[in-house]
Amino acid sequence: MNKTPLLKRIRESWLFWPLVAWVIILLLNVIFQPEFFKIGIIDDPVYGKHLYGNLVDVFNNGAPLILVSIGMTLVIATGGIDLSVGAVIAISAAMGAVLINPALGNKLISNEILTRNATNTPLPLIILATLAAGVVCGLWNGFLVSRARIQPMVATLILMVGGRGIAQLITNGQIMTIYYTPYFWFGNGYILGLPVSIYIVVAVLILSWILVRKTSIGLFIESVGINAKSSYFSGIDEKNVKLLVYAFCGLCAAIAGLILSSYVHSADGNNNGLDYELDAILAVVMGGTLMSGGRFSLLSSAIGAVVIWTFTLTMYTFGVPANALLAGRAVLVLIVILLYSDQTRQFLTRLTDSKETHRYLNKLMIWKGSRHGTSN
Amino acid sequence: MVRRIRPTLLGYAPLLTTIAIFFLAYYIGAQMYPAMQNPQAFFNLFINYGSLLLVSIGMTLVIITGGIDLSVGGMIALTTAASAALLKNGASPAVVIPLMLVMGVVIGFTLGSIIHFFKVQAFIVTLMGLFFARGMAYIISLKSVTITNSFYKTLALTQIPIPFVSNAYVYSYALVGPLVLLVAFYLAYFTRFGRTVYAIGNNEQSARLMGLPVGRTKILVYAFSGFCSALAGIVFSISLLAGYGKFASGLELDSIASVVMGGTLLTGGVGNVIGTLFGVLIEGTIISILQYNGTLSSWWTRIGVGVLTLIFIGIQSLFYMRQKHS
Repeated sequence: MNKTPLLKRIRESWLFWPLVAWVIILLLNVIFQPEFFKIGIIDDPVYGKHLYGNLVDVFNNGAPLILVSIGMTLVIATGGIDLSVGAVIAISAAMGAVLINPALGNKLISNEILTRNATNTPLPLIILATLAAGVVCGLWNGFLVSRARIQPMVATLILMVGGRGIAQLITNGQIMTIYYTPYFWFGNGYILGLPVSIYIVVAVLILSWILVRKTSIGLFIESVGINAKSSYFSGIDEKNVKLLVYAFCGLCAAIAGLILSSYVHSADGNNNGLDYELDAILAVVMGGTLMSGGRFSLLSSAIGAVVIWTFTLTMYTFGVPANALLAGRAVLVLIVILLYSDQTRQFLTRLTDSKETHRYLNKLMIWKGSRHGTSN
Repeated sequence: MVRRIRPTLLGYAPLLTTIAIFFLAYYIGAQMYPAMQNPQAFFNLFINYGSLLLVSIGMTLVIITGGIDLSVGGMIALTTAASAALLKNGASPAVVIPLMLVMGVVIGFTLGSIIHFFKVQAFIVTLMGLFFARGMAYIISLKSVTITNSFYKTLALTQIPIPFVSNAYVYSYALVGPLVLLVAFYLAYFTRFGRTVYAIGNNEQSARLMGLPVGRTKILVYAFSGFCSALAGIVFSISLLAGYGKFASGLELDSIASVVMGGTLLTGGVGNVIGTLFGVLIEGTIISILQYNGTLSSWWTRIGVGVLTLIFIGIQSLFYMRQKHS
């Protein structure tokens, strides 16, 4: 029997704080713009009958971020960081666009070739190549971190800056518009009235949950994050655990890149997945995973990502420009990190420490007692 | 005699390697493109990479303490955007320039305080500083703002001839970097502050046990880096006569790369600002070579900087390993 009271169990759950944040943002919407919750059914000529509305958009637009933060959670849990996710998104998007319309070499592509709604590579191959590109990027990061022993921050910073160059190299510096309609299905299609991207996210979430919770890999990751050296001495292949999480993060970023490029119908080396590293870190931190590594929760990171997109879309409907939100989100990350820091926790426990309170109450009682004594 | 020289040489080996690599790179460049034999090509490095030099000086001290400052690019963008907007609204440069420097110091000080008091990793805090600064720059203006102030224009166009070299000049703002370099050199080698910086980088715990003011020094180092980035932002806005939130994107890697090329260890405790000067010059030379070769596209410089950083980190770890073994 679990003796802890239900309320306390809920309060100490991983999902509690992200859910509270989500509810607060939704309440803001209830008060100021109830139309945020309107969900309707539309009969689209291309994609058939499906749901539409802001709440559907939160999950549809937020899908890439949820995917990236799942990968980022595992990397952060090993005590590392992956700053290159945005660049990997750009690389995989560029890969997809280039395989549809080859632009390698120096020749510019004419409009007739672009707009003929055909592909040079079969779709399954495109998907495979896109995902492979992400995994290769992840392996590269993992190699630098685990074998070359470069700090994760610097190792992934190299790909964060260089990767956008690589993405431009792949598309030959052009912003490639995609006209091949089957490719659009990932970002715009619907199954049973719900966006395809939601199904992809749920599938990845379930698969990765099975991977980390039903095998011992999750335990290995946490142990490497808490103390890499002692994990090594207790027989855990610490290097390959790190390699695996970076490769997995690359794979997640690649799926995100596939959905994003399919959603916006183009690949742009400079702007695909811009600032995703910031949002992913924010989502993970909000989910309660510590930046120093150790215990993690995939689901609460995913909810963190949903919170971010709900917040972003709410701000858009309020009329705040996209670029201006950047500063606000940065401050938000800092506040959340500071709230989770040991110093703040110590301060809070000191405030609510029962011993202190008791001592204070005792003093009060003695004082009262002595007064009673004198009056008697 | 030999016994005394060897340790000294070993101590300066990274610096000497850096200087040798610079001369080698420049020599190869001059052989490939005769235009680089013109002395002006050398002084152009100071003109074009003045703000990179400034940022890297601050970054060097931060990295020597074992930290990192990723906010530099954002700080430059914020400074250019803020000063352009202020100048456009008729503020005088005598107000704008000190104001920007104070802003840089305050932001650096805040970041340093958060790092020290809340014990959060430096890169997270400064990464947030980067996004915060860029976001603020976009809030100030979503578009590029040109600067029409006459004082800025004169500064941008004043040529200062180089003594003893005919037909060579630098623009006035290119002198700021070398000046700050001298100040930083003095700070690092001849003051108690500088010695504390090295002590923290070698071992923070023992520095604290020795009674050194660890917290104060760490915060001051980030404040100094903020000051340097604000100064770099002013130099940037003078050289381009504009302000925009997208300026100096990816500069943090450029700056880390030149610090690493200058022989500063990313783990802290080892390095010096003179090496950083040559690191910046190496990077400038290699980017110039890439640009002289007209057929290469702009994104190659991006990839080139990444590869360069990687090579130098590799060389560094080799050096470090050999020292450890011996």
